[in-house]
Amino acid sequence: MWKFFHQLASPPHFYRLAGLLAPWFLGLSLVGMLVGLYGGLVLAPPDYQQGDAFRIIYVHVPSAYLSLMAYTMMAVASIIGLVWRMKLAHAVAAAAAPIGASFTFLALATGSIWGRPMWGTWWEWGDPRMMTELILLFLYLGYMALRSAIEDRNKADRASAVLAIVGVVNVVLVHYSVEWWSSLHQGQTIMNENARMPTSMLAPLLIMIFAFTLFFGAALLQRLRAEVLEREHSARWVGRMLAEEQANA
Amino acid sequence: MLEFLAMGGYAAYVWTAFGLTFAVLWLNWWSGRRRHLRVKARLARQGQDETLHRGATIKEVNA
Amino acid sequence: MTDDEPVMQTIELRPFATFLAMLRRELQLAFRRPADLINPLFFFAIVVTLFPVAVSPLPDVLKVLGPGVVWVAVLLAALLPLNGLFGQDHEDGTLEHYVLSGQSLVAMCFAKIVALWLVSVLPLVVISALVAQSYLLPASVVPILVTTLSLGGYSLCALGAVAAGLTVGVQRASALIALLVLPLMIPVVIFGARAVSLAAVDAPLSGALEMLLAIAILTSLFAPVATAAAVRISLE
Repeated sequence: MWKFFHQLASPPHFYRLAGLLAPWFLGLSLVGMLVGLYGGLVLAPPDYQQGDAFRIIYVHVPSAYLSLMAYTMMAVASIIGLVWRMKLAHAVAAAAAPIGASFTFLALATGSIWGRPMWGTWWEWGDPRMMTELILLFLYLGYMALRSAIEDRNKADRASAVLAIVGVVNVVLVHYSVEWWSSLHQGQTIMNENARMPTSMLAPLLIMIFAFTLFFGAALLQRLRAEVLEREHSARWVGRMLAEEQANA
Repeated sequence: MLEFLAMGGYAAYVWTAFGLTFAVLWLNWWSGRRRHLRVKARLARQGQDETLHRGATIKEVNA
Repeated sequence: MTDDEPVMQTIELRPFATFLAMLRRELQLAFRRPADLINPLFFFAIVVTLFPVAVSPLPDVLKVLGPGVVWVAVLLAALLPLNGLFGQDHEDGTLEHYVLSGQSLVAMCFAKIVALWLVSVLPLVVISALVAQSYLLPASVVPILVTTLSLGGYSLCALGAVAAGLTVGVQRASALIALLVLPLMIPVVIFGARAVSLAAVDAPLSGALEMLLAIAILTSLFAPVATAAAVRISLE
């Protein structure tokens, strides 16, 4: 088991494995998205209150879920990178940040588009989930700003890892504080959580969440390949591999 | 079909949300891919320069 | 590090003694540069003047705006000295000496946080108690305002120290520090400013003060450690 992880963490192995896996992740996620889209847009009946506008849920909820998952992943990778000084973990954190930020942006944008016909406004300052996502976006942007401000890659890795860990404590705090705050002035919520979704609506949602997660995996692996190459630019295996590729081309 | 596209009057909202989402997803994949190719091209160029400096020919590099 | 290095032949202080020595040094330095003490206060005064000018000088408006404006103005003013927390010490090489001195870096960072709170936040709190009157905040609420600002300001200093530590050696770090600290401050602003607003209309505070205290304790526990780690990383 340990040997497997050790091999996985060795850059040339990982680079090759990521190159093999990324297209599979992408292909499977595309199939999943097509199935989910068909289920969500065609098979699922319109909501009795929101009509067809509820269908935005099929892109909104997966984006929101991944925005949080990517941040968690970034923080866990940061801890691993700091404690075990594993370079690949830092690369994972660096690659996850821009993807996570883009999902956070999507969660905000689709939520806002959904809110317009439902609440009558593009933006609702009183909604705890919107506020949490907005602050999450700020945290992602701060993380990327710090990373790009420090020139030395080792320092940038470790400094931004500390920030990611501090940020994770903050996300939890923000969530509860915003909930407390909005409970004071009765913010509306977009979904009634007590109402159960029928299977025909829920199944496509689960499929979409799964497909988005696979897509996240594919995008992450793709970015990781670039990260690993940049970090290992002077390693012998990189030179050998590039020379081989040129010979084959 | 037209009824499907109309989305019960919410067409503008639903299709904007879906279009935006898939545009951003595509951008994610595309930018990652582009970065990978660029890094690879840059490193390949550097590698060639270094070996040529050492007086090797391309054939020797490939061998 | 081996014993024959001359740098290491210093007396090993206990962490608490390190803390006190550092606190004293920081306070002495702060009073030697009075401009650094006064500028944030001046900035605060200008910001709270802008709101009645920009929004409305009507008493009803001021009453609603008051707690939030004072809170945000204190927050922004307290950001100003963060860049200098390690900046000066880094430029003249003192910071490296601290790291290599073998004394507890965590205790030193903690002392810096406390000193920052004493010299930058407390004066702001005093002035804000006066400014709050001009925003027609009832006098009975001023103690709440002072308490929340002191507690929240402490958390700001602690989190600000982490951000300052992370950006040691970065060019033009002040904007970056603000970007890193402000999102982290949202919970503190929510509990602090809302507690004052609630107190102003005699509503129950529903645990806001306890939350502020909890956040202050939480930041006390982890911020000195995180700051010390950040400084070490930045100086490697």
